[in-house]
Amino acid sequence: MTVLGPRTGSEAVALYEKNPQAIPLAGGTDLMVAWNRGTLNHKTILDLSAVREWRAIAKTETGVLIGSLLPLSELQKDPVIFEKFPLLVQAASIVGAWQIQNRATLAGNIANASPAGDTFPPLVVYEAVVHTVSPHGPRSIPVREVFAGVKKTTLGPGELIASIELPFLKQNPDRQLFRKVGGRAAMTISKTAAAGLLWLKPDGAVKELRFALGSMAPTVRRLRAAEKFVKGKKLTPEIVSEALELLKKDVSPIDDWRSTIEYRLRVSQNLLEAFLLGHVPQR
Amino acid sequence: MITFTINGKKRTYKGLAFKRLIDVLREDFALTGTKEGCGEGECGACTVLVDDLPATSCLIPIGQMQGRAIETVENLGRPDKLHPLQKSFLKHGGSQCGFCTPGILMSASRLQTKKHSGIRKAMAGHLCRCTGYQQIVDSIRNK
Repeated sequence: MTVLGPRTGSEAVALYEKNPQAIPLAGGTDLMVAWNRGTLNHKTILDLSAVREWRAIAKTETGVLIGSLLPLSELQKDPVIFEKFPLLVQAASIVGAWQIQNRATLAGNIANASPAGDTFPPLVVYEAVVHTVSPHGPRSIPVREVFAGVKKTTLGPGELIASIELPFLKQNPDRQLFRKVGGRAAMTISKTAAAGLLWLKPDGAVKELRFALGSMAPTVRRLRAAEKFVKGKKLTPEIVSEALELLKKDVSPIDDWRSTIEYRLRVSQNLLEAFLLGHVPQR
Repeated sequence: MITFTINGKKRTYKGLAFKRLIDVLREDFALTGTKEGCGEGECGACTVLVDDLPATSCLIPIGQMQGRAIETVENLGRPDKLHPLQKSFLKHGGSQCGFCTPGILMSASRLQTKKHSGIRKAMAGHLCRCTGYQQIVDSIRNK
């Protein structure tokens, strides 16, 4: 095994260009599991952990830039992220457990592209933008376009994530939700994970709904059909039950040893129902 | 060559950069208090402190420890001078077979809260197959 240890972002890009087969390493909380199983033997690792410039949080007029290597525990402590993006903070607080969050990074979670990435539902409802660097220069990608399939991304050869941008919402949502459902309180892979933002008009009709589910398809999914259907309508029990039917259009859950299609669908629908009917306590 | 501190002492490591921290602690420095349970970051048994924060040592390549301060259960107390947490675990039956205990002690040593819910959340990354957890929570609350 060869380990490359760049100390700056430009060094990292240069080393990655020379060694396109290298596997980028951030906090290692997922990659090391593969290493322990022996599947990384004789591979080249690009250890990014010493690249200090990618560990910062920067605030701009329009949003927050989270450095790709910032540990998830530090993300939770930032007052602006806590105030403006509480769903991401909640998601970060249930990734693995405390011991994992002290090492794991947001970019590592994204680049790993697990269907069950817990930070993805909040990232897609906040419409985050992933900023990358590569020998061809920088690129900005809407987060939902980064995911190409199970453990697959649209990042090109030599392309590394430098930061993740969260644009401020134009208006505070009237309701919000994050909920992960797993077999255990910590260190568990989600059966389903939901993030929702809802804005209402003064008369109670829906101005905008954003709702995303993780672990329900090869990649995180926004519920486009349900979101479009409820727009402009009041959330009566009849409208909500139609929205629950439409949920199925945007997901394709699987049976595995962790859960079943029926359970994943039912629980996801229950979460959407509770959210739309206003049964989820708001802080 | 990688340099770091273990339990406050400067240490140098010259082996493979991808040896796991837990193996370096146990094999190269004979600190066998840290235990390996699952080897995939689910059980929390191998938890040590890295720069004062709990981390699972089975998921850390030693190459990432350059300049870091590592603390293991050996630094918490001695048989003749136990840490308050260790005394409390004895008093409240927080340890039975003891395999999960070193990791639990390391996380608990950094815990700021005494609230039941806060302890439960912070300690959720540790599995214990003996106690049923209540004694562990009691031990941490009443230290």
